[in-house]
Amino acid sequence: MKRFLARRLLAMIPVLLGVLLLITVTIDLIPGDPAALMLGQGATPEMVAKLRASLDLDQPLHVRYARYVARLLRGDLGRSIREGRPVNDEIRDVWPATAALGATALLLAIAVGVPAGMLSARWPFSLFDNIARIVTLLGLSMPIFWTGIVLIVVFSLWLGWLPAGGRGTALHLVLPAVALAAPSIAMLARMTRSTMLEVLREDYVRTARAKGVAIRGILVRHALRNALIPVVTVLGLQTGQLLGGAVLTETVFSWPGIGRMLVRAIFARDYVLLQGGVLILAVTFVLINLLVDLSYAYLDPRITYR
Amino acid sequence: MMATYVSTRAAMWKRFRRNRLALAGLVIVGLLAAAAVAAPVLAPRDPARQVLEDKRMPPGARYWLGADEFGRDIASRLIYGSRVALVVGAISVLIALVLGTLLGTAAGYLGGAADEAIMRALDVLLAFPYLLLAIAIVSALGPGLENTILAVGIWATPGFARVVRGSVLVVKEQEYVAAARAIGAGTARVVARHVLPNCVSILIVYSALYMASAILLEAALSFLGLGIQPPMPSWGLMVSTGRDFLTIAPHIATFPGLAIALAVLGFNLLGDGLRDALDPRLTV
Repeated sequence: MKRFLARRLLAMIPVLLGVLLLITVTIDLIPGDPAALMLGQGATPEMVAKLRASLDLDQPLHVRYARYVARLLRGDLGRSIREGRPVNDEIRDVWPATAALGATALLLAIAVGVPAGMLSARWPFSLFDNIARIVTLLGLSMPIFWTGIVLIVVFSLWLGWLPAGGRGTALHLVLPAVALAAPSIAMLARMTRSTMLEVLREDYVRTARAKGVAIRGILVRHALRNALIPVVTVLGLQTGQLLGGAVLTETVFSWPGIGRMLVRAIFARDYVLLQGGVLILAVTFVLINLLVDLSYAYLDPRITYR
Repeated sequence: MMATYVSTRAAMWKRFRRNRLALAGLVIVGLLAAAAVAAPVLAPRDPARQVLEDKRMPPGARYWLGADEFGRDIASRLIYGSRVALVVGAISVLIALVLGTLLGTAAGYLGGAADEAIMRALDVLLAFPYLLLAIAIVSALGPGLENTILAVGIWATPGFARVVRGSVLVVKEQEYVAAARAIGAGTARVVARHVLPNCVSILIVYSALYMASAILLEAALSFLGLGIQPPMPSWGLMVSTGRDFLTIAPHIATFPGLAIALAVLGFNLLGDGLRDALDPRLTV
């Protein structure tokens, strides 16, 4: 297990280096002079030259890349172009808001999606299953920014039950978390249903039933545990949806997190801030996928790691 | 693995036809395509014409779905918007299909170092959470139709490459491939005549499902202001501009969202139905 962990951590390194390379290269995609573009019209040639030097834009790609990696290894994400603040500080300010939103949405997705899928599998093609499958299809088709807007119109503007935006009390978290979680709830319900249906056809389930174990016990103890592996895989992929979807939900609900910081950085042409935010989200996603891989061993003892 | 289910086209169509949801998907996609092609005939008004005294008019006899903040007919803009959604979706999926097939075939057929290099490069693309890769590309290239298509296409490429590689790995081991090689067929011929035809059905399924995702992604980028630019009638952009009028005119933001959801639902149902028809043993 320890060796497996070490190998997985090592395998992450080329992927992360590739992510950094891609982030470095995107600046070369900017048409014209990136430094002039970032500073806008009021910039003097001296200011542009200074920024170009400080971003290593006057260096060849490999030098810029090497310096970028070296800087990151020291834990330094650079200074934002607009406010001159360290990007580390910017991210420290907005990170908790995104973490709270993402974690709530993830818990919501598990708490609603998995039981709904189990109930569907327990009584396939029942009224509940049919309704759940239709709702699931809708959940996968609605854009989350629109779901968020509809929730605002209904629950804050018409009914006045919940705040429409901003961060403060736990109530502020409800609508953005529901909007963000909706596609993940649908995906998990769908996956849980289909894997459970498969597992319920297995011999050991029939054996358990034959020896008189109640169906509820079978569902939880035998079927759920075996159905969990594909579900956990989907869960890992869904965290990517949640991290990226946060950009949309945070924009809709004025939620002061990384997503909104990214959008602000794009429109301010603050590429240093943008790169920092994209990097943090990508690294988070890579780490979560590592956790998913590790959890397989816990869920299925048949999986051995060398 | 998939794509090993032996089946005739007639049997597939029979399975597809019996699936009511799949047929619903086909109907929705057909209606969308019809709306896109016949937009000038179907749209009750000029989608660009501003009637300022009618601005934000709620749905009614005059404007079925109301008028937007400039007094433009929302129904007509939604009909023309289907062109944007379908064009962005179709071209970006085509880009992903071609790139993904090339990369996936190369990785799967050549194996070894080429396989390793291609798959690691795709892992890098997959390391970006949903939307962020497209955001990174578009924020550098700038917004607009072409760049949106490019960003969505690049985003979708790894999915196609992976599924093609998987198929190729299975087909490569089949006896008829060994036989073809034994009688002297070169790599190019084996790939073109024996390997790729076996990927066609799975690629059709993937294309339908990725159309749904591509439409969603374009809508999301346009919603953020990074995709299609005004005055082009993109559904995501329309939701975004309607946000400023949620209290007084919620119809401006809500109807375009319904159009997005319907289009995505149509392609999802069609893709699911095609997959079930191609291989009934797949349950997802």
